[in-house]
Amino acid sequence: MADIFSSIISVGFHGLALAMVLYLISVGLSVTMGLMGFINLAHGAFAMLGGYLMTWLMSRYDVPFGLALAGAVIGVVLISIILERLLYRRFYGGDELDQVLMTMGLIFITIASVTYIWGPVTQPMRPPAALSGQIDLGFRSFPTYRTFLIVCGAILVTLLWLALERTRFGAQVRAAVDNLRMAQTIGINTSRLFAATFALGSGLAALGGGLGAEILPITTFYALENLVYFLIVVAVGGLGSIRGPFVAALLVGISDTAFKYIAPEFGAFFIYALTMVLLLWFPRGLFGRT
Amino acid sequence: MVSGKLLFALASVATLGSVTTASAQTIKIGWVNSYSGFLAQAGDQMEKGLNLYVKLHTKDLPPGVKVEFVRRDDTGAPEVGKRVAQELITRERVQMLMGVVASPVAAAIAPLTAEAKIPFVITNAGGVAIPRISPYVTRFSFTLWQTALPIGTWSVKQGWKRGFSAVADFIPGHDAEGAFIKGFTDAGGQMLGSVRFPPASADYAPFMQRIKDAKPDVAFVWVPAGPAATAIMKAIKDLGLREAGINIVSAHDLLPDEELPNIGAFGADIVTAGNYSTTGVRPANTAFLKAWDEEYKGKAIPNFTSVAAWDAAHAIFELIKTTKGKFTGDEAMKFFAAWKDPDSPRGPISIDPATRDMIQDIYIRRSEMKNGKLVNTDIETIKAVKDPWKELNPPK
Repeated sequence: MADIFSSIISVGFHGLALAMVLYLISVGLSVTMGLMGFINLAHGAFAMLGGYLMTWLMSRYDVPFGLALAGAVIGVVLISIILERLLYRRFYGGDELDQVLMTMGLIFITIASVTYIWGPVTQPMRPPAALSGQIDLGFRSFPTYRTFLIVCGAILVTLLWLALERTRFGAQVRAAVDNLRMAQTIGINTSRLFAATFALGSGLAALGGGLGAEILPITTFYALENLVYFLIVVAVGGLGSIRGPFVAALLVGISDTAFKYIAPEFGAFFIYALTMVLLLWFPRGLFGRT
Repeated sequence: MVSGKLLFALASVATLGSVTTASAQTIKIGWVNSYSGFLAQAGDQMEKGLNLYVKLHTKDLPPGVKVEFVRRDDTGAPEVGKRVAQELITRERVQMLMGVVASPVAAAIAPLTAEAKIPFVITNAGGVAIPRISPYVTRFSFTLWQTALPIGTWSVKQGWKRGFSAVADFIPGHDAEGAFIKGFTDAGGQMLGSVRFPPASADYAPFMQRIKDAKPDVAFVWVPAGPAATAIMKAIKDLGLREAGINIVSAHDLLPDEELPNIGAFGADIVTAGNYSTTGVRPANTAFLKAWDEEYKGKAIPNFTSVAAWDAAHAIFELIKTTKGKFTGDEAMKFFAAWKDPDSPRGPISIDPATRDMIQDIYIRRSEMKNGKLVNTDIETIKAVKDPWKELNPPK
């Protein structure tokens, strides 16, 4: 009995850590899809770049973890603004197939670029000494870094929620998601709003990629390998929502961990099965708008 | 590329006998390695071992004989490996294939060599059954049965009776799991369970957690040598497996010499079985390390893969010297079958003519901190180990 209980806690803990990473990376994708109707398959590339920049700053220049993470986020935000202005904007409201082709191409360009710059090897993720090892929470000990990850994730989720529900910017985003034309009519500068949301989403992805480098290791094929996870979170959660992807990330994170723990030889099989069942039931996702 | 083709044309003319002078003769060897993909680091180790030998010993070749390595990247994927091997055989017309880090790649290439009747000298890929695929395969590395079985037996001798195994889910992982369980249970140990995880860049924590929750005395953990070793050691540390009283053992792949600086002090006091460590006290090893440091200026540390490539290059160069560079595939295989080198950096080695695999000493090593550095120190030597799997599973 105690064994089962401890297994459940193990699965819940590691699942929660994975869920936080998936959520941070995917929420931006969900919002941009809902807001601009833009299928940005290359979203994961921003997370990957965040991871690369962070690990590179840390291992090459001995920048402390927190600073390296902040640097990576700022770097990715800048890159995403440039890309949005130069590239993405031209495809808004365009053909969906064009968007898919363009963003797929971006993924391959990113893969080739990071291989060229940083080599084919997985980047080392070495959190500071204070965050490695075990932390004793009284009833049992947990890996310190993952505990930190879960706490960070929870704080960020709350902040994001408040920002969207309580600020003027959040209200504008919600208005634009609900009815783009009406939002434009009442004088919201949707072009600037798009750019800001896009940058915010990319920044969050970079944050997720950096923080989660231990769970989703930084390798050249990151953007492609994990794309399915991000898309599942968005599809199951429902487009344009903040809450939906969170529930979906929890579902994916915890069930994926549980299956890895109980039946590792099946790999990701159960996750795909679960996704299919859920989408048959809720074609618009759990919190999708009709 | 062009000059290679030209030389080859010259060489073929020379062998046809229409040129009477003992002019340039080039032996083309197809070198298949993982320059990219999840085994790229092991590939780099192998490459450095080969290059060092070739650089130091090209001068020893018979006059007029040249060796040209035609290098290809298999990316760690069997279908790519097969394609490049095919191209090397049919288009580049190599006389021999050499290299290969990944067992699935080697298994995909081996059947081609049976058709082409050219030797395939494997310098890493340890999948135990690969030499059975083609009579033209010979191997200078090791099999996981040579390393993982002894560590199973050794674990039970320490009084660790309840075991668990966790391995990467591809050919060598399956070998390692089977061999450890065989050694462990034959000696009287009892397995509590085993898990297999995806080989490329996995998040190891859930699997390590499962070991921790099962509370075994000893856990056998196997990943391919390289960054995966450091990553899984980190998961072991973060989950506190060793603090929970679980002893970690493995084949040498978990503590490869070149990753030891990355693993650091936490990796001390772990026992692994392998065929080479840089700390081995042998004159041939000292000379090898000296040459290595001169070439790579302290920026690289050799491991068992580098030594396997070095040893294989040595055998091939001796073949060329003995035959003056003129040999058929069958003659080369006969030469390899009788190959003995009492003075490899890893100790005395020979090819077992029955299996075309190495007979070599296996060292039980304990890792320890020495002068602030993590090193593997040999604590026991098992002399002249043949591949146990082929003895347990005779060909039908």
